[in-house]
Amino acid sequence: MSTPTLVKFEDALTRYQPVMGLEVHVELNTATKMFCGCPTTFGAEPNTQVCPVCLGLPGALPVVNAKAIESAIRIGLALNCQIAEWCRFARKNYFYPDMPKNFQTSQYDEPIASDGYVDVEVEGETYRIEIERAHMEEDTGKSLHVGGSTGRIHGADYSLLDYNRAGIPLIEIVTKTIEVPGDKAPAVARAYVNHLRDLMVALGVSDARMDQGSLRADVNLSLKPIGATEFGTRSETKNVNSFRSVERAVRYEISRHAGILDAGGTVVQETRHFHESDGTTSAGRPKSDADDYRYFPEPDLAPVAPDPAWVEELRATLPEPPAERRKRLQTEWGFNDLDMRDIVGAGALDLVAETVEAGATPAAAKKWWLGELARTANEQGVDVAALTITPAQVAQIQSLIDAGRINDKLARQVFEGVLAGEGEPEEVVQARGLEVVSDDGALSEAVDRAIANDPDAAQKIRDGKVAAVGALIGFVMKQMRGQADAGRVRELILEKLS
Amino acid sequence: MSSPEISRDDVAHLANLARIELSDSELDRLGAELPAILEHVKVVQQVAGDDVPAMSHPVPVTNVFRPDEVTPGLTPEQALAAAPASEEQRFLVPKILGEE
Repeated sequence: MSTPTLVKFEDALTRYQPVMGLEVHVELNTATKMFCGCPTTFGAEPNTQVCPVCLGLPGALPVVNAKAIESAIRIGLALNCQIAEWCRFARKNYFYPDMPKNFQTSQYDEPIASDGYVDVEVEGETYRIEIERAHMEEDTGKSLHVGGSTGRIHGADYSLLDYNRAGIPLIEIVTKTIEVPGDKAPAVARAYVNHLRDLMVALGVSDARMDQGSLRADVNLSLKPIGATEFGTRSETKNVNSFRSVERAVRYEISRHAGILDAGGTVVQETRHFHESDGTTSAGRPKSDADDYRYFPEPDLAPVAPDPAWVEELRATLPEPPAERRKRLQTEWGFNDLDMRDIVGAGALDLVAETVEAGATPAAAKKWWLGELARTANEQGVDVAALTITPAQVAQIQSLIDAGRINDKLARQVFEGVLAGEGEPEEVVQARGLEVVSDDGALSEAVDRAIANDPDAAQKIRDGKVAAVGALIGFVMKQMRGQADAGRVRELILEKLS
Repeated sequence: MSSPEISRDDVAHLANLARIELSDSELDRLGAELPAILEHVKVVQQVAGDDVPAMSHPVPVTNVFRPDEVTPGLTPEQALAAAPASEEQRFLVPKILGEE
């Protein structure tokens, strides 16, 4: 394979306008598959979640999952789409063993939702992304290619198929062509996919985890010379699996296409694989508009005709749009843009919101989630949301601090205890004996010992050099194992040495 | 309405899509037979007027749904029982060419 000539991103934009199209697959979090009652649990042993329907055995008849239809309609509504009054499933015929039926049940010219839009924000600018359609389909099985050197299909000796994933409901969301200022294209693509993720989570219809493949993005990109009206030939970079990768894939393909076009070459219409390691793409299979899937209406499934009254009921269940919610919370919390970006970036927005609801101040909630807890999550290699501590517990720890029963330093030990499963904050404080000593008798004795231990410092304080008090406070805190109210210790020392 | 045009190439293309290997003589024969079959079926179009909507199902039902509840499926042993070959509790298929 020859190495493509890449044109510097900025240079490419002086001559070409990128045109993007994004296809995002969302795996729904239903308990069962789209057309059968098999469970959808992630990571189960191979072929333990299969039945005659999803294995495509002769005579098996599919029946649509009502919950999947409900989720599809809610997604359509959240994307400001029209919901079809009547639509059908279609068979997409192809020979590939990831679908044992030799076709994928999908929708063709009658998607359940169409003609919508979402507004995404990049650096304070709002970009409207038009949605062509959102249709229902089913996921494919997982192939394991055995033999060969790369683990890829090329050169493999044979393949092994696990059909647990075959038949899990998917919603494919397809944009219309996106033309934004070229230098913003990568960031807009990323912001759009990020926006969809937030929307799916807010709707509660999907785990929307790119790392687990429950949200997958295909990036279609072409370039047209600036001023031209006709689109160029597009490439389709498949299964890009992180927000950052979406951005990188767009950048790379702009550079690659520009290199080909500058040299007077022709872009090949093909699928591309994205490589996380170096942010490049490589050729997949050639593709043409004439890919002949011979779609036809699925005879085994009845048409779907959602009652308009039901659609309106579902509309009433839509959550506050994520972007609006962020703005509202920012105003309520009095945070600046940077604060909010940090919180959202850390995946801690809901956690902070729930901690505030549980009684903590926004500043305290932010401090713990972005500080101590973000650090712990990082050490454990998990999302903050996956930590074994609840927002209510964080609020309780803060209220212990506010009541003067523990200080920040002790609070860290309480966090540690709660995270280690030692119980509620109050129980950890009791069990570990973490309460601040504010009993003047005990503190007074410790102060006397500190003065006796460091007569020099004591003399300096008597002479008015108050800065020396730090050494004595340190001694007392050490003796009290950190469980003293530092402010009160200071007062006691100064009283005794005045 | 004109006769459906089905060339020998169309038949070869369809055969390829359906992964059916046809000999030259079979292509010749089907190239002649398929148009005749379509011509025959076309009679339905002449009978059905504009007031008869096309239908994809013999029974006019919509919204046949099931609740999102798990039902028992097959064990891996049952699932793989009819597989020509299997390995590591997975279906073994021969090398796949020409696709990704």
